[in-house]
Amino acid sequence: MPFNLKEMPKKPKRFVSGGRTCAGCAIPVLARTILGATDKPIVACTATGCMEVTSSIYPFSSWNIPWIHSAFENAAATISGVEAAYKALKRKGKVTKDIKFIAFGGDGGTYDIGIQALSGAMERGHDMLYVCYDNNAYMNTGNQGSSATPYGAATTTTPAGKVKQGKEQWRKDLVKIIAAHNIPYAAQAAVHNLADLYKKAEKALSIEGPAFITVLAPCTTLWKYPPEMTMQYSKLAVETKFWPLFEIENGKLKVNYKPSKEVPVEEFLKGQGRFRHLFKPENKGMLEHIQKTINENWERLLREEGL
Amino acid sequence: MMVTKKMYPMTGAQAIAEAMRQINPDVVAAYPITPQTPIIENFAKFVADGRVDTEYIRVESEHSAMSATVGAAAAGGRAMTATASAGLALMWEIVYVAASMRLPIIMPIANRALSGPINIHCDHSDTMGTRDSGWIQIYSETAQEAYENMFLALKLAENKNVQLPAMVCLDGFITSHGVENVEIYDDKTMKDFAGEYKPIDPLLDVDNPITYGPLQLQDYYFETKRQQVDAMKNAKKVFLEAGKELSKITGNDYGYFEKYMMDDAEAVIVVMNSTAGNVKSVVDEMRKDGKKVGLLKLRLFRPFPYEEVAEALHKIPVVGVFDRAESFGACPPLYGEIRNALFDSEKKPKMQSFVFGLGGRDIFSHQIENVFETLLEGETSGETKYIGCRGC
Ligand SMILES: Cc1ncc(C[n+]2csc(CCOP(=O)(O)OP(=O)(O)O)c2C)c(N)n1
Ligand code: SF4
Ligand SMILES: [Mg+2]
Repeated sequence: MPFNLKEMPKKPKRFVSGGRTCAGCAIPVLARTILGATDKPIVACTATGCMEVTSSIYPFSSWNIPWIHSAFENAAATISGVEAAYKALKRKGKVTKDIKFIAFGGDGGTYDIGIQALSGAMERGHDMLYVCYDNNAYMNTGNQGSSATPYGAATTTTPAGKVKQGKEQWRKDLVKIIAAHNIPYAAQAAVHNLADLYKKAEKALSIEGPAFITVLAPCTTLWKYPPEMTMQYSKLAVETKFWPLFEIENGKLKVNYKPSKEVPVEEFLKGQGRFRHLFKPENKGMLEHIQKTINENWERLLREEGL
Repeated sequence: MMVTKKMYPMTGAQAIAEAMRQINPDVVAAYPITPQTPIIENFAKFVADGRVDTEYIRVESEHSAMSATVGAAAAGGRAMTATASAGLALMWEIVYVAASMRLPIIMPIANRALSGPINIHCDHSDTMGTRDSGWIQIYSETAQEAYENMFLALKLAENKNVQLPAMVCLDGFITSHGVENVEIYDDKTMKDFAGEYKPIDPLLDVDNPITYGPLQLQDYYFETKRQQVDAMKNAKKVFLEAGKELSKITGNDYGYFEKYMMDDAEAVIVVMNSTAGNVKSVVDEMRKDGKKVGLLKLRLFRPFPYEEVAEALHKIPVVGVFDRAESFGACPPLYGEIRNALFDSEKKPKMQSFVFGLGGRDIFSHQIENVFETLLEGETSGETKYIGCRGC
């Protein structure tokens, strides 16, 4: 079913309101959009992190579907156990419904500590969707740097100081790493473009086998921008090509959105506390480096699309 | 009930795999580690030959083995894994999660020393390290016992008043790889004994959504832990009931421990797993010379049968406790428990702690005999003695 914003609120409420994210957090929006992308029942798992702690403070739960949290690094392994039990019980006729399986992990739980479990699950070929909601750092524990933290961003473990100016490495290219497992579907999405996110989730949930989506999830509290700006920052990340929207389906890469005009990356960086130091005159070179790398990455993406 | 049994020469690992074949779990998620490997290799062959209809998950680590097993059990499947040593250590975080979610997972452990230095041979430091994890722990002297303990563990773990995961421990190499004659009971009998698994609150019951693993802070966590305490208390009771049921098939006794020549004993050794067999043969020899020695072989270590152990040992003049693990800076674990058990007894034995066999170091009959001789002379001290360790 194509995405229809007006229809979304009429869908069964799988992730209910009343959770404890910060106002303006991207997490509930992306959770609802993804969970709404299939009418089949879903069993979900979430890694330790902002999504988990804000949605499951006992005796409350935002999850109106069966849901499990076990630990930080093992969402992919946990859901693969659930999916395996489903296969076994279905074979024995003890479960009759068609059920979909989704694991959610933050960037820390996915790019870093959980990448081994994720790689294992993707290689084994479980029928599951893994969603990484990427807010660019360990937010639940107060903004420590991860391998998804952008170059130049200040976090509490990559602070900007007298001799260091935030994180010194570029981000890992996670979608490509996961696509290298030769899975049927891997994609990058952003929370402001609900139609694109929905379409990707719908596709991922309709194919058989492992699928992976990473979604940019701007974090008002720790990127340090006003809460009403979440969607704008998500949009700017895409318009500046900091966060291209693309998918790799059966090995074929497609760029889903090509900005019609050049928007300098400063437009995305400015107004975010984590990048404030980059606008000091002495850090001009860093801004140039970011723009140059973004341009190169975009060109490479277009080349790969043409292959 | 028509029970038939057949004797086969097999290793402990094969015997465990046979039990797993008969139980036919829905999911097995496992990762190889010596000396557990032949358990999962044998089981993988059963899967490949279609002799079970288990989903076998070839996970990429033991951390994921336990995580996937937790997922499978929470989903509503009968789920198992198996490991040893470093594998159990790597699982450690999720071992606790499994117990707190009250998932009746069965996990055979081929006991092996922990690194470092790295060592592949038997001691109990791996399972002793998880003794406070909330898992039931059953220890096995022989391959036969390991086989039967798998069923005992299953009945106990899945009991609705228990709902706790259980480890079935057997000595790495000594039992896991040693060949013995093992009596395997017929499939129908054992499958009937295992019964159909009826999960409580499975994730796959999508019409009744449940949240597993929520965040519980100062306001609820404590009560959850307290419920685990009660479940363990129940497990102690249910252990005997499950044993009686299994006994109807095997005719064997499944007490918390086995008392061997203890009635008139003046000196008793307490030990777990395969070394109990060595001690028995020494007891037999020494008894021929009129020496009143005996053995208490503990089967259930968690929950620990304090009252029963006290009752069994309080009148024995001298007791030596054999630990195959160290607790650095404290009493070795089994010794600590046995001493604890006897604290309230008016009459209590003199006690001596021994540590032996770390990293697979052999223990010989003459060493056990020497221990008995010193115990018979009433020689005890507050210091642990190390059997067969250079410079001790
Ligand atoms: C094994 C382990 N190490 C560390 C932690 C502490 N911890 C909990 S959540 C978290 C950060 C999560 O970051 P991320 O995955 O990016 O999710 P976010 O909170 O940003 O949504 C950390 C470091 C933990 N719970 N478990
Ligand atoms: S810290 Fe960021 S990611 Fe976490 S709940 Fe708040 S806004 Fe959302
Ligand atoms: Mg994060």
